Amino acid sequence: MSAPLAGGVGAYLDNAATTPLRPEALEAMLPFLGPEFANPSAAHGPGRRARRALDDARDALGAALGCLAGEIVFTSGGTEADNLAISGVHESVGGEIVVSAVEHPAVLRPAEARGARVAPVDARGVVDLDALADLLGPGVRLVSVMAANSEVGVVQPVREVVALVRERAPAALVHCDAVQAFAWLDVAGLCAGCDLVSVSAHKFGGPKGVGALAVRASASGALAPLIRGGHQERGLRPGTENVAGIVAAGVAAALTVEQREATVARVGALRDRLVDGLLAAVPGSAEAAPRALRVAGSAHLGFADLDGEELAFLLDGAGVCASVGTACASGARTPSHVLLAMGWSPAAARGTVRFSLGWATRPDEVDHTLAVAPPLVGRLRAASTPA
Amino acid sequence: MRVLVAMSGGVDSSVAAALLRAAGHEVVGATMKLWGGASDSGCCSVADVADARRVADRLEIAHHTFDFTESFTERVVDRYVAEHRAGRTPNPCVECNRHLKFDKLLGRALRLGFDAVATGHHARVVRAGDGRARLYRGRDAAKDQSYVLAVLGPEQLARTLLPVGEHTKAEVRALAKRLGLPTADKPESQEVCFIARRGTDAGRAAFLGARFALHPGRVLDAASGAALGRVPAVELVTVGQRRGLGVAAAPGARRYALAVDVERKEVLVGDEAALSTDFFALEHLRSTGEPLRVGMAVLAQTSAHGRCHPGVLAEGGVVLDAPARRVAPGQLVALYRGDQVLGSATAGAWPGHG
Repeated sequence: MSAPLAGGVGAYLDNAATTPLRPEALEAMLPFLGPEFANPSAAHGPGRRARRALDDARDALGAALGCLAGEIVFTSGGTEADNLAISGVHESVGGEIVVSAVEHPAVLRPAEARGARVAPVDARGVVDLDALADLLGPGVRLVSVMAANSEVGVVQPVREVVALVRERAPAALVHCDAVQAFAWLDVAGLCAGCDLVSVSAHKFGGPKGVGALAVRASASGALAPLIRGGHQERGLRPGTENVAGIVAAGVAAALTVEQREATVARVGALRDRLVDGLLAAVPGSAEAAPRALRVAGSAHLGFADLDGEELAFLLDGAGVCASVGTACASGARTPSHVLLAMGWSPAAARGTVRFSLGWATRPDEVDHTLAVAPPLVGRLRAASTPA
Repeated sequence: MRVLVAMSGGVDSSVAAALLRAAGHEVVGATMKLWGGASDSGCCSVADVADARRVADRLEIAHHTFDFTESFTERVVDRYVAEHRAGRTPNPCVECNRHLKFDKLLGRALRLGFDAVATGHHARVVRAGDGRARLYRGRDAAKDQSYVLAVLGPEQLARTLLPVGEHTKAEVRALAKRLGLPTADKPESQEVCFIARRGTDAGRAAFLGARFALHPGRVLDAASGAALGRVPAVELVTVGQRRGLGVAAAPGARRYALAVDVERKEVLVGDEAALSTDFFALEHLRSTGEPLRVGMAVLAQTSAHGRCHPGVLAEGGVVLDAPARRVAPGQLVALYRGDQVLGSATAGAWPGHG
């Protein structure tokens, strides 16, 4: 388990934003920030050691994503992996792009910039397969539907999406943003039919600044690099590799897969205790999406007659790290595009708070949150009622 | 006290936070995101928020950004547009103070357990022995901003701190420099923050023209009814305006806009004498806590840095001691006694001019 956060935090429940680094990952990366600093492209001994560490990490990611090591392209993170998939395919093969309305901005923005059409989701946050089918056709060359949503944690029917695309848009490649799913789901199985899969290391106990795009053979040759330079990552991601980060990502990925079943069971139970406790203690609270559809760490609650930004402020003061809406560049929080796509009004969307648990979440963090959150909600509501 | 300081990213609110911190208050900074997209320059830009955050870091206080764009659009921008459309002259800064800083932000501050909200306005809230908070002009007469706060009521003033009002602007800048605040040399902010190319007529015309159809209109002599010229948009004409009326300005025969009729698409003009009045018609009289009684002597100020007109409060307005230029309908009129703000009202239309 990780060390507690600095600053007297009583409960870190913002794991969808980022997770603590796994100690094993930290340990694995340290030599490459120290004596093992050589460039993995170098032919000398130290360079060959760095190359070997890189290849070990590539093996680990390949195994974790159910593809060949040679199909892994390391990137600077999930956003770059998503951009490489969307822009790289469109640059190379053109055609139409179809994405779901609840994709992460790292998919939505590059897709919109290339004229993508957007498939709606239902009130549960699940992509509407009939509407998606209507958008598919022979001109579509890329479809991107995420595995699990970053805000409400809802798992998408990836296999059904793949089947639909193969039937209706045989020329299309399928990309799956598995950034939020990898910690919780067997992405190798869920995304077995996909041509492109994105992950980000810091969402599963790895460091920030490392991501990977799995480019299966079916997509090989259909991808142009975002930046141009040397031979690294098969030319799809030139530039000297972030060896230390990639090594740590490999360790974190292997541990995540190895412990996944146990983590899902343990953290899922903590999540259920947190959500059931809050629902019972706070009148006018409800889950933002059906629990059965969500990954084990996701707890997204709506509170009637409350501004989530205000509750998060008070929770922060009480040592509980949670999150509200979508951060914009100014640091302000705007209503979540995911909730709006699910049919929520902006006012109702403002009344939500996202708690997200992770591999390091401890039972006492749930205890602390259950102790402090309900009185804070009561206090806010009392203050909102004119005396 | 626990104080939430509204930090715009400018030097005044930066120093307000520093002064409160130095006075031993528990201070948290908040920047309101009011307008524009993520990359928008101008008001509430990412750079301004970053400035506020860096000042807060330097002062070792927490800083938060609150998204109030919906309220700002509804209460300030939409209203600004509607007032222009009706041929009136709005005060968006006043509306922002009233509805955003001292309603939305103050309400949030109280819910979050703060005792007061502070801003960087150059004005003073004086708390007397009777416990009441009274609003006064700032110490620096040239920078006084009490006019834009004249809409505040006693409950709001009771929860308001204006620490920089005790200092001159030069002192504020010197203090910011001494504290090493990154905003020490930041230029003054401009009027109407949400309009690009702010301060220019072209910017205003482009902003309003994108939101409703601007109408060309005739310029008529108010006395004779004679057509004197045309303006490209009647909605952009402000009462008292002299330039841009399409009327040849012969020396000694200057023509001013006296009234704007957006229905008939007409601007009535007249000479300086016709613009003159001895009565300010007022609507929506509001008190800062002082009783406002008919017959009491007041000083009426009709713009942020305009001069004061002595007069006597009457039914429906102020009877002026000496004639003054008319006030554009929609403008805020702040009422003073000496340096104290007694209250405010909105300039109404004059008899005979709809």
